Amino acid sequence: MTAQGESSVEAPVEGPGLMTRVPWLRVVVGLVFAVVAITLPFNNTPDVNQTFSQVLYLAIAAMGLNLLTGFNGQVSVGHGAFYGVGAFTSALLVVNHGWYLEATIPVSIVITAVLGIVVGFPALRVKGLYLALITLGLAVLFPRVTAKFVEGPGGVALLQPTRAQVQSLFPDILENDQYQYFVCLVAMVLLFWVASNLMRSRMGRAMIAVRDQEVAASTVGIDVARVKVASFALSAAYAGVAGSLSVLVTRVADASNPLIYFQLSIEFLIAMVIGGAATITGPFLGAALLVAIRKRFEDTEALAPALLGFALIAVVFVLPDGIVGAYRRLVARLRSRRSSGPSDPRPEVARSNSTGPDLAGTELAGPEPT
Amino acid sequence: MELFFNQFFNGIGSGVVYASVALALVIIYRTTGVLNFAQGEMALFSTFITWWFTDQGLGIVPAILLSILVSMVGGAVIERLLIRPVESDKSPLNVVIVTLGLFLAFNALAQLIFIKPGAEALQMPNLFPSGNISSSIGIRKSTIGYAAILVVECVLLWLLLQKTKVGLKLRAVASNPESSKLVGINTGVMLMTGWGLAAGIGALAGSLAAMRGTGFDTSLMQQVLVYAFAAAALGGFDSPLGAVVGGLIVGVAESLTVQYGHYIGLDGIELVVPFVLILVVLLVKPNGLFGRNIVERV
Repeated sequence: MTAQGESSVEAPVEGPGLMTRVPWLRVVVGLVFAVVAITLPFNNTPDVNQTFSQVLYLAIAAMGLNLLTGFNGQVSVGHGAFYGVGAFTSALLVVNHGWYLEATIPVSIVITAVLGIVVGFPALRVKGLYLALITLGLAVLFPRVTAKFVEGPGGVALLQPTRAQVQSLFPDILENDQYQYFVCLVAMVLLFWVASNLMRSRMGRAMIAVRDQEVAASTVGIDVARVKVASFALSAAYAGVAGSLSVLVTRVADASNPLIYFQLSIEFLIAMVIGGAATITGPFLGAALLVAIRKRFEDTEALAPALLGFALIAVVFVLPDGIVGAYRRLVARLRSRRSSGPSDPRPEVARSNSTGPDLAGTELAGPEPT
Repeated sequence: MELFFNQFFNGIGSGVVYASVALALVIIYRTTGVLNFAQGEMALFSTFITWWFTDQGLGIVPAILLSILVSMVGGAVIERLLIRPVESDKSPLNVVIVTLGLFLAFNALAQLIFIKPGAEALQMPNLFPSGNISSSIGIRKSTIGYAAILVVECVLLWLLLQKTKVGLKLRAVASNPESSKLVGINTGVMLMTGWGLAAGIGALAGSLAAMRGTGFDTSLMQQVLVYAFAAAALGGFDSPLGAVVGGLIVGVAESLTVQYGHYIGLDGIELVVPFVLILVVLLVKPNGLFGRNIVERV
């Protein structure tokens, strides 16, 4: 889960990260994270574990949006709809057809990916703000259409699988909340790994190229239409998985509030932006922060959205590239300061390569008086 | 047939609100190239300001006028402080995020400031008398009033944009910011004026929207915003005329769908209609009914 490797045109001179230069550090950090992640659910109450699970599936949704908006440059304010489709696919299969919830996830992936393709095609004609509009429409329409065709208990579009339907497959080893946490964890690690590798592949590079210079990308042989539609489908599938997992954890698929999926869409955007768009670790950090804010102020109804709103604006002003971007800049600054000292053994080229673009001035400043 | 006309005119009533918000969106889009997701919530906040003035004992007309004034100043300040610093960025994402942040913040602030815990829905005093204009014609007096307001609004806006020096400058900035700077127009002030105008129109639209229902709360403008987006997209995002026509079309379409929808299995999902309209228009004519073709140089 290192954040290196996804260079972009905005930050073309990104050198090897700290972890790449010190190979064993990567293993240590990875092990520490793995140990923490695995032991976490055994030391906490079910409520807290549920919160952790929420972070994990929201991170998946934010990553999905990130693949589309961060890496491919197509702004969507309607990813909540894909999340909702995933949630209702799972809930309907579990409640009405008695499936295991885990078995419904592949179905969610297929349905949301197909839906993503369907939405992605008009997205080829409309760009930027118009696209945002269409996706907005999707998020607003979804709960209404669902409320029309899905009837849960009480006549509202609200499905609540019973505890037995989403319980642990291994009741002897794991409690339900722990089991749910691990399902989410595995899904998140898997999907983040896929995303991270994808962005280093031909497809990922094509996505970034389309974002930065669409016309130039098409002149070097990238099939812009196919890349855009594929990004949409992939991104929708991520959101769909998140939706399915949300049913596993919260046992609810709810379309009774007509604006809920629009609000969720905004939350995905918040998580992505605060964490850092077009990064791999960003969506996870953003999701964690989002859930933390939500949890901290859940008693005062309007305070959390107010804070999220201000946080969103503040992030654009203070940390336009999110937490991860700020961290990278910090590291780059520290490194350039160190490397411009007289004792640096590395050659000139490596030094200029390891500095962020906005720090070019510090290069010329000469040795720091230490 | 009578039912049809009743619903038609009822649709005009809500169409006026959609058209006004769409007009506000278009003004901002034309002058600053920003799609203002917060437009509805800014109008919501203005609506609460109107309500607060009436609560202080002011009549509804001075309350609305004062609220428009306050909102215009507020809109201009928002443009200067929050939008302009991020607007120059290449990606539209940052502006979208700021407006979404404003969306959340304004909605929550209205809730925090104006709504006391446990209080019932607020009531906006009516600007127009209730009832129909005559017993034989099923048109509400208020519908005539709303339509009149829209006409006045459009005429004033037209006069401002076409007949005054400020309007000329506004149009110059909208059509070519670089050149207008060169001929000595203070583009910054014009951008603020654009946002101020939009916020003022939004305040009026919000206040009217609040009168239409029985009481209002902080969810008032969210659906209106969606319809207004539909209206603006329908008319073409850079055409004020398109916004007005689009708003009326969407209003009537909504009202008729509510009435006749259940024959074709659409009852309860009348929101589908504006979006089908948008989708069709964007696919067939991406610049909307009245929009200009934009030629992009690469």
